[in-house]
Amino acid sequence: MNKLTRDQMAERVARDIPEGSYVNLGIGLPTKVANFLPKEREIFLHSENGLLGMGEAPEPGEEDPELINAGKEPVTLLEGGSFFHHGDSFAMMRGGHLDICVLGAFQVSARGDLANWHTGAPGAIPAVGGAMDLAVGAKQVFVMMDLLTKTGESKLVEACSYPLTGVGCVDRIYTDVAVIDVTPDGLVVRELVEGNSFDELQRLVPVPLKMASLAAAA
Amino acid sequence: MIDKTVASLEEAVAGIFDGATVMIGGFGTAGQPAELIDALIAQGAKDLTIVNNNAGNGDIGLAALLKARRVKKIICSFPRQADSHVFDALYRAGEIELELVPQGNLAARIQAAGAGLGAIFTPTGYGTLLAEGKETREIDGKHYVLEYPIKADFALIKALKGDRWGNLIYRKAARNFGPIMATAAGVTIAQVSEIVPLGDLDPEVIVTPGIFVQRVVAIGNAVAQAA
Repeated sequence: MNKLTRDQMAERVARDIPEGSYVNLGIGLPTKVANFLPKEREIFLHSENGLLGMGEAPEPGEEDPELINAGKEPVTLLEGGSFFHHGDSFAMMRGGHLDICVLGAFQVSARGDLANWHTGAPGAIPAVGGAMDLAVGAKQVFVMMDLLTKTGESKLVEACSYPLTGVGCVDRIYTDVAVIDVTPDGLVVRELVEGNSFDELQRLVPVPLKMASLAAAA
Repeated sequence: MIDKTVASLEEAVAGIFDGATVMIGGFGTAGQPAELIDALIAQGAKDLTIVNNNAGNGDIGLAALLKARRVKKIICSFPRQADSHVFDALYRAGEIELELVPQGNLAARIQAAGAGLGAIFTPTGYGTLLAEGKETREIDGKHYVLEYPIKADFALIKALKGDRWGNLIYRKAARNFGPIMATAAGVTIAQVSEIVPLGDLDPEVIVTPGIFVQRVVAIGNAVAQAA
């Protein structure tokens, strides 16, 4: 299977974020999406710790320890941006005010259950942060993940074996080999990375996939 | 004349008792009232239940309070971080109790306490480990979990400026939990970079009205010290 790089995955997600969207990018891989949002589009990035209109990383030496993102990295605020407390921030997240959130995942199930906060492994210290609020609250939940684990198992599963973050919350999954929608009719392959075939993809995934009729190559 | 300002950090944390529930503002170290925490360590109160988003970073502030073994339980959303080694060690040794709460539920439960609500129904966490054993309800076709308010005996928060009536404004993303914790504690103690004369804070931009604040202490340039 042909695989997109991390940057290509981020670029692919960025393409689907329309102007005027209020967007939360999760910690880790989803944060990269910000680097590929077209400059001519006005998109409002939200950060759970109380920023709307979040800008890029500051120039070296310009970092402010009180101007950080959810991953606690230094950021900037755009003109027109605002600060607010945690109650308001999570009202934005939980209350359906964000158009899109992009999250990483350990597993996604055929019906759109998401597992991304805890492996449940003995000795693992659980930490959940704002993931569960985003999962239930954003109008559209996009997941960004490699299709396979490092040991080759599909992260798209019939039922998640890891503890859930949210039930039936995922709308679309951007993997390194294909883009897949979670629909009431099951998982629909929206797009295959160039050179990959549907049959090849289906062999890797233990749940039935359908091909969207108008799938275009990425 | 009402004057909520106090002259020293020692005076600011006076009366925090063993076994108290103490909210501490901050998201990581942004907005964490490190000077008040240091004063609390010096004051000596123990068996505390701490409410914070995290569980301490590095060896300072909240991490130092944990390291001093003053905390029996922490209620937070994101304890594990790259630099949470103090918490990690205590947790693995079974020496600290953890109540893990999704971040938005943490905020909403604090707000519920401040607003005098008996409980809330929240969609966050439904169907997950963190809602196990909790009452649920379907409202208008959506599933919700019953969660109870989190209130505290004391809140320690960090703001940019305050006045003698306890009005506060904050700085950038250091605001985070400060305004909501201020509403949910019996005694809210704010450390500020500067105490300004009454009337200097524009009433249109005051974020925390003084009714929610009992003590204000100036600690100089907190921003520089946070760096």
